[in-house]
Amino acid sequence: MVVIGLVLPWLFRDYAHARDNGFMIAMFSQMGMMITFALSYNMLMGEAGLLSFCHAVFFGFGGYCVAHFLNAAGDGGFFLPLELLPLAAGLCGLGLAVVFGAMATKQRTTAFAMITFGIGELAVTAAIMFKHFFGGESGITTDRTNAWSLFGVNYGHGLQVYYLIIVWTLLAALGMYYLRGTPLGRMANACRDNYERAQFVGYDPRMVRFIQFALSGLFAGIAGGLYCITYEIVTYDAVAAPLSGNALLMAFIGGVGSFSGPVIGAILITALQSGLSLMSSSWIVYVGVLFIAMVTFAPTGITGILRAHTPIVRSGRLRALALPYARLLLPCLLVLAGFVGLVEMLSFATIGASEGKTLNLFGLTPDVYAVGPWLIAAAALLVGIAWLRLEARRFQAAWDAAMAGLAPVGGR
Amino acid sequence: MKAPSLHLNDVRKSFGATEIIRGVTLDIAAGERHALIGPNGAGKTTLFNLISGRFEVTSGTIRLDDTRIDTLPPHRINRLGLSRSFQITSIFHRLSVFENLRCSLLWSRGYRYSFWHSLGRQSALNEEAERLLEEINLAGRRDVQAGLLSYAEQRALEIGMTVAGGAAAILLDEPTAGMSNTETEQAIALIRRVTEGRTLLMVEHDMRVVFDLADTITVLVYGQVIASGSPVEIRASRAVQEAYLGAEAA
Repeated sequence: MVVIGLVLPWLFRDYAHARDNGFMIAMFSQMGMMITFALSYNMLMGEAGLLSFCHAVFFGFGGYCVAHFLNAAGDGGFFLPLELLPLAAGLCGLGLAVVFGAMATKQRTTAFAMITFGIGELAVTAAIMFKHFFGGESGITTDRTNAWSLFGVNYGHGLQVYYLIIVWTLLAALGMYYLRGTPLGRMANACRDNYERAQFVGYDPRMVRFIQFALSGLFAGIAGGLYCITYEIVTYDAVAAPLSGNALLMAFIGGVGSFSGPVIGAILITALQSGLSLMSSSWIVYVGVLFIAMVTFAPTGITGILRAHTPIVRSGRLRALALPYARLLLPCLLVLAGFVGLVEMLSFATIGASEGKTLNLFGLTPDVYAVGPWLIAAAALLVGIAWLRLEARRFQAAWDAAMAGLAPVGGR
Repeated sequence: MKAPSLHLNDVRKSFGATEIIRGVTLDIAAGERHALIGPNGAGKTTLFNLISGRFEVTSGTIRLDDTRIDTLPPHRINRLGLSRSFQITSIFHRLSVFENLRCSLLWSRGYRYSFWHSLGRQSALNEEAERLLEEINLAGRRDVQAGLLSYAEQRALEIGMTVAGGAAAILLDEPTAGMSNTETEQAIALIRRVTEGRTLLMVEHDMRVVFDLADTITVLVYGQVIASGSPVEIRASRAVQEAYLGAEAA
């Protein structure tokens, strides 16, 4: 992973003009901070079974603090080098998570979720109201070159920031991985499974939740610090509910049951946000539908699906699933094409046309005011769904046959 | 580990207007194996929940040796050396059998809320968990997810978790309920082995288990103690026969 991270920007470099691919570097930087953020979210969701709606608060607060640190450094009033600012942001996130955690972690399950939702709303309101610290709606801008560097790097170039992000993402990920194997980490799992039994082996589940919550705030703060260093601006969006929801989205789609799940989720969602948003203005619809589909059909996430294959791979029966998988492909593509067609035409008819754009759909230019394209898209969707259900039943049978006599994979 | 005595003094518990425990006074001597029996709805499990801190008493006091425990939360009572099992199996179902036992050891071995120790490197702790695994005969199921164990295996695991922390007072709520004859015999042997030198209070419906294991038997009917004594005395007691044992003792 590390090697890939280091080499990645050079694969997309435009060597003919000796220029780096700024878009790709920006996307990979975003992935790095989102990996840290999603992993820290999973310390609550996956490890402790806590559904939080205020995780962005600690991310954003870390970011705001770094903005102020950098501005103070510009006035000569701050001494930490840029390389250590993410840690300072983490400590700020930790401090705030201690305060809010003391409120939220007295409860668990639904009550916990509702308290965190309240905290999230509170933070947005505060960020808009208290202009002195949060800069109101326009946020706080800063300049990362204000700070001095341990290595004499000026961080004027995106690539330099990218390597800083890689180092911190790696450190944070290692830290969070280590935490899983400590008494606290394991008791967080235990309280998730059965908080009552945890009490009867001597642990106070509230204290376990509180410490776990505070530490997840530390890592969210680090991610927020990286965010501020990268974009040099922090607005109230960085503490707001959509970003908290994004953490949930990344962790869940990747899979909350394993350490690598949120990493994969963060990479995938960031890629979708960066790539898909270039292709379609309705990209957020697709991310939403993907989330609903995952919750409904694959609640264990991508890593959960992969892990379910382990017994089949070990028994050497994976080849038996190749054809059934291939057969799923066509109906899937048909459903996708039909759905994308409908969404894009709808979006074009309501917004796009008035902006004077032309619709380009799979290389075609359908007329959205004629009935034909709509009928074709709808038919593709409906036929695709019917076909998919048929193939899914066949696939289930093939899966059951492959799994016959094998023990399914358990969670941890 | 010195086995403690347990003292209940006029303990009462009401849920709304209904009084479930109606003034229970009971002394359990140090190192005694004490069985609590009684018909369904007598309040046996409620009494367990009061002693272990899961419910608060409405009035009365509960002491472990000389320490009042009726005002403490469950985890504090556990740290004083009182541990319990549940009527409905209560384990960490997504953790492995080994992890279940290790988690049950952590507090008593002083790890508290540590986020700096790496569990894999705590060799004394891990050896202890392995030894417990052997003791409850689940060594062959070490890495199986606890939720996937058979019913009898889960009960054995729960007994292992209950005694793991080295608690000197053990409360077992129907440890053999729903087991076959062979499984029951194995469970009795296990309980006898792991509660050696400890104070044991158990709720049990199976009279073979009760008369086999217990030094003293207390009979609870409608939230009150109607008799308490040795198995021989209880067998002979007319009041008990009328209220509860009925055909089984006759």
